[in-house]
Amino acid sequence: MTKQVPVTISPKRLRREFVKKVKELSGQNLQLCYQCGMCTGNCPAAANMDISPRRIIEMARLGLEEEIADSKTVWICASCLACAVNCPRGFDLAKVMEAIRLLTLRKNIDHVRPEDIPPQERCDLPQIAMVSGLRKFTG
Amino acid sequence: MSTKQRKRKPAKTAVKEEKKIAAKLIPIYIMGKRYEIPEGLTIMKAMEYAGYILIRGCGCRGGTCGACGTVYRKPGDYKLQVALACQKTVEPDMYIAQIPFFPANRATYDFAGLTAAPEEVFKLYPELFRCVACNSCTKACPQGIEVMDAISALKQGNIAQAAQLSFDCIQCGLCTSRCFGELAQYHMFQLARRIYGAMIVPRAQHLTEMVKAVGEGRYDRFLEELKRTKEDELKKLYEEREVEPMAAGEDWKPKDRRYL
Amino acid sequence: MSLAYYPGCTLKTRARNLEEPAVASMEALGFKLDEVPRWNCCGAVYSLADDDLIHQVAPVRNLIRVKKQGKNELVTLCAFCLNTLKRANLLMRQDVAKRDTLNAFIDEGIDYSGEVKVVHLLEVLRDEVGWAALSQKVKLPLRGLKIAPYYGCTLLRPREIAIDNVENPTILGEFLKALGASPVDFPESTRCCGSYQVVSSPGDIAEYTRPILNSALKNGAEAMVLTCPLCDYNLGRGQKELAKKQSGFREMPLLYFTQLLALALGLGPQVCHFELNHGSPESLLKEKHLLSQVESFQPIGGQK
Repeated sequence: MTKQVPVTISPKRLRREFVKKVKELSGQNLQLCYQCGMCTGNCPAAANMDISPRRIIEMARLGLEEEIADSKTVWICASCLACAVNCPRGFDLAKVMEAIRLLTLRKNIDHVRPEDIPPQERCDLPQIAMVSGLRKFTG
Repeated sequence: MSTKQRKRKPAKTAVKEEKKIAAKLIPIYIMGKRYEIPEGLTIMKAMEYAGYILIRGCGCRGGTCGACGTVYRKPGDYKLQVALACQKTVEPDMYIAQIPFFPANRATYDFAGLTAAPEEVFKLYPELFRCVACNSCTKACPQGIEVMDAISALKQGNIAQAAQLSFDCIQCGLCTSRCFGELAQYHMFQLARRIYGAMIVPRAQHLTEMVKAVGEGRYDRFLEELKRTKEDELKKLYEEREVEPMAAGEDWKPKDRRYL
Repeated sequence: MSLAYYPGCTLKTRARNLEEPAVASMEALGFKLDEVPRWNCCGAVYSLADDDLIHQVAPVRNLIRVKKQGKNELVTLCAFCLNTLKRANLLMRQDVAKRDTLNAFIDEGIDYSGEVKVVHLLEVLRDEVGWAALSQKVKLPLRGLKIAPYYGCTLLRPREIAIDNVENPTILGEFLKALGASPVDFPESTRCCGSYQVVSSPGDIAEYTRPILNSALKNGAEAMVLTCPLCDYNLGRGQKELAKKQSGFREMPLLYFTQLLALALGLGPQVCHFELNHGSPESLLKEKHLLSQVESFQPIGGQK
């Protein structure tokens, strides 16, 4: 469930490198979003997220880098694109989620280390699960 | 670095050598420093000529041990070239660096407990799935192995194909040094070849029978006979032995079949 | 007619029950699935970052190999592979700068610009064979079999690569009808099964699959038909967990669309590898008298 966190908004934060990078990596215009919440409504994983998909966009454009980094939302996203195909503004939120994941992964910080996947799981999981999982969770 | 440099100045030697063997000197760069080297030397000999004492990064000097993986570039060419230092002869203006060792993740396993299932490789080397098919490994292989194809084969669960494609691998590690996905291809291939050799390749029936026959002592008396034979007689036997002719057919048999 | 065919890694191991019935069925329909020489893993997921080209190399390299094979259409069975290959192909068609960089890097001696058409086998059946013609070839109609068509994500999203209407897909339903089965509509047919989240949080997969499975059951499905080996894995795993957690939860067999195709074309259960399926579909199929050749049916060994 979405948690309530007090945040500080400032012009300095709005102009942060973080906001620029998210825009560049995702290729998305964050200002397109009018916060209708169709993304959250269609997200099959929203119930498990601490920050809802809609709020991720709002927080990203406000430059709330630390708050987003503390959240597990982007790691729960399965890139199923239910948000993207249902967005009335043609905004691709999955690309924003990927951009935020990459800001961590590109610092050479893995979200899942291959060696931490239990050996039995490595045998059981189909190859496409391993390939896609390691693409999304390792840098 | 695994090399040491002698104190003596190589330039003097170079002059002497030039007089003696009248070889043409060509410039090469070892780790960025320029040396004049007689042409025709291998990279390894050129390094020694320049004064390096190789205590690592050299082994068999015959192109099979994989200890002397080397990278080099020529001026004006963006392409990175690879070679085995003991095999490649120096070319003018080569910029050379050796990669005698490259850290690589090697799984620990009890081979007796493995099966021929593809999942054995997935279990021991899950990072296999980080391959992005960039092909840098293949480009870095001094043995001309289709490294990326062999990795593809492993991902597809085809251990036999990976083993066959990687047969010429000498474990130099240059593929690993270039891998975007941080894979240790050569260790994975070794596992594949082990599984292939032990569990996939059909056993040779005649070999099993022969080993059994030897064990049962069928040939003991012939050995005893040989042991008792005098040296002169042995030499004579050796010189007069019947040699299988070149391109003999499958059905060729020696005239003397007492020992078969 | 020979079609360039991209299997994907998983179809060579645990999802042989997706591939083998497809190859046999297409042969029965007069098509040869011709494997792309030296194909490599497509990368499974399409990279969503604008500046990330390295992860486009794998799918594009495969498309170049199709061109080298002398083909201009590529057929896939796995929904994941379809998605990745088709999106990468679109990128090569639309983005000139990225196309040039990728061609130069891949260095296969061919400049590729997206000329191969990437299709799913269901599209071949719909557009090249046709539902009417397909249903005429059916030897063993799957009468009385109530099946929920599950699309998952990657056949339909994003919009620009969808093989059917994104909101209201009918292709699997039409396919089932052509085979004589009864498709069971259910609202969760395009809801995500959890996908690669099974790698990082396997414990959450039941939460993704619960609404999908319950909805199909509630609408009267006896089995579910799939196109993707990861959906198969997650829905299978999810069922096992739900059977433990949720009282009264009934496990349901999962089938690949190609298995139903082979069965309806009268190719027998031998090519279907039902031993690899979740939820042993044999008993359901026997109950519907669809395993007439069951006496001669021996599970083909090979699985560990």
